[in-house]
Amino acid sequence: MIEAKDVRFTYPSGVEALKGVTVTISEGDFVAIMGQNGAGKTTLVKHFNGLLKPTKGKVLVDGIETTKVSVARLARNVGFVFQNPDHQLFGETVEDEISFGLRNFGFEKTVVGTRVTWALNLLALAQYRKTSPFMLSGGERKRVALASVLAWDPKILILDEPTIGQDYQQKEKLRQFIMQMQTQKRTIIIVTHDVEFVAECNPRVLLMSDGQIIADDEAAQILTNTKVLEQASIVPPQIAQIFLDLPELDLPKHIIDVYEARNLLLNLLGKEKSG
Amino acid sequence: MSTRSKQDRRRFMNVIETDSLSYIYPGTSKPSIRDVSIQIQKGEFVLITGPSGCGKTTLCRCLNGLIPHFYQGELKGSITVAGLNVVNQQIYELAKHVGFVFQNPENQLFALSVEKDVAFGLENLGVSREDMRQKVDWAMNQSGIYDLRERAPQELSGGQQQRVAIASVLAMQPEIIVLDEPTSFLDPLSAKRIFEVVYDLNRKLGITVILVEHRLDLTARYADHIIVMDEGTVCQDGDPRVILQSEEARLIGIGVPKATRLYQILKKDGARLDAEVPLCSEEMADIIREALKNR
Repeated sequence: MIEAKDVRFTYPSGVEALKGVTVTISEGDFVAIMGQNGAGKTTLVKHFNGLLKPTKGKVLVDGIETTKVSVARLARNVGFVFQNPDHQLFGETVEDEISFGLRNFGFEKTVVGTRVTWALNLLALAQYRKTSPFMLSGGERKRVALASVLAWDPKILILDEPTIGQDYQQKEKLRQFIMQMQTQKRTIIIVTHDVEFVAECNPRVLLMSDGQIIADDEAAQILTNTKVLEQASIVPPQIAQIFLDLPELDLPKHIIDVYEARNLLLNLLGKEKSG
Repeated sequence: MSTRSKQDRRRFMNVIETDSLSYIYPGTSKPSIRDVSIQIQKGEFVLITGPSGCGKTTLCRCLNGLIPHFYQGELKGSITVAGLNVVNQQIYELAKHVGFVFQNPENQLFALSVEKDVAFGLENLGVSREDMRQKVDWAMNQSGIYDLRERAPQELSGGQQQRVAIASVLAMQPEIIVLDEPTSFLDPLSAKRIFEVVYDLNRKLGITVILVEHRLDLTARYADHIIVMDEGTVCQDGDPRVILQSEEARLIGIGVPKATRLYQILKKDGARLDAEVPLCSEEMADIIREALKNR
């Protein structure tokens, strides 16, 4: 469980990035943090694994204040995958990269081997085992960074912009993977601009603007609320937008799913006579 | 795929033409692109998409001569861009014709002010002072950053930085602009503004746009022409409305816009919809409105 209590954070440059954030993320939650560039999303999640400490207020992870433990100890439970994989990768081969964390946490050699293979297969990277991460495409490097954190199986997983540069199939795999983690009571926190991805996953959404959380609700509620979306520089997903463009039809408001939209419209439009 | 046959197409002016283009990066054995033959006409807005690692970025690197002039390796086949044979031209010569905007603007901007960044390419070409002033002002206006001209690029938001990168490219007045996932790091509203700026340049000035993108939800509406790549080859090439509703596109796993998808499944389930397949939510809303009127 993560508890942020009136967290304020000012960067050394004087920029006040968080202006009093209070939020609780429970074990097994799936949360998407959304908002415009510079809203404080990444600053907030960096508090969850202790990379940043609040200027005022406090952050507790499983009841322990982040100022009281080292980042290295927190990392065992809170895995963090950065937005830009190049800030994270340094290994000579993809295999080295993925095994690094495992070796650091003192896993046995045989366990390291199986975990690495598991992570490589999960993220469709097996063919690159002996390749330098820097030979790979942006989207592939991003998957290496994710694999290297998943390998040690942290209880809480923070993914900063996981869908950037990923194609539709990779996104679909990521979605299924998150769902699978959910069944194991893992906590997943993603920071993302990808409204279509959020619409498909339907997580709890924390909407941020100017260093504060301005809305905290289910995705279907927030992604159809044009007032708060505008404040956060987010455009509604396409399905929501279709319904927003047709106010005269007096249809239910909170539709973000293609199949739900189909059912509603099929009733309305009627079917062609078959045969 | 398009209604025009390949031969007919040759009669139009192709600003980009490749014939059986293949390329192998140094130290690898598998071609990153294989037998790519495409034709792009002047003034088209072209979307290149496909699974990651499919060769999109490699193809773009051929368009501005980074391949073969910067990346060694093995290039086969022919490629002509703006009438120039890429293999025989210097990169700086190609740069006058093809502008490049990358995913992350941070990698592209370095000067102390926006204005200086935008002027950099022209300075290198030895353009006269007045001429430079005029071109830089024009480019900044077109990209909507004139008011930011004295600011330091590092202080700007990601969306503003990306518009500076576009202005720097635009100042060279290229015939072709290549953008490789230019809005990945931007929030949706800033991304939309970038695409609108690019679309506007395409329509108003007739600049040929080559946009590499996964997110067709945001971009399909602007495209005249889509090229789908998979494992280094071109597997679909033509009209967006034909390609995006094809079974093939779905199988390769390109992200068909949700509005297009909704139309498809409604049709499949027997809904009465006559109009052409939509590429964005506005078009889909119109189709629904129309269908209800005609009931």
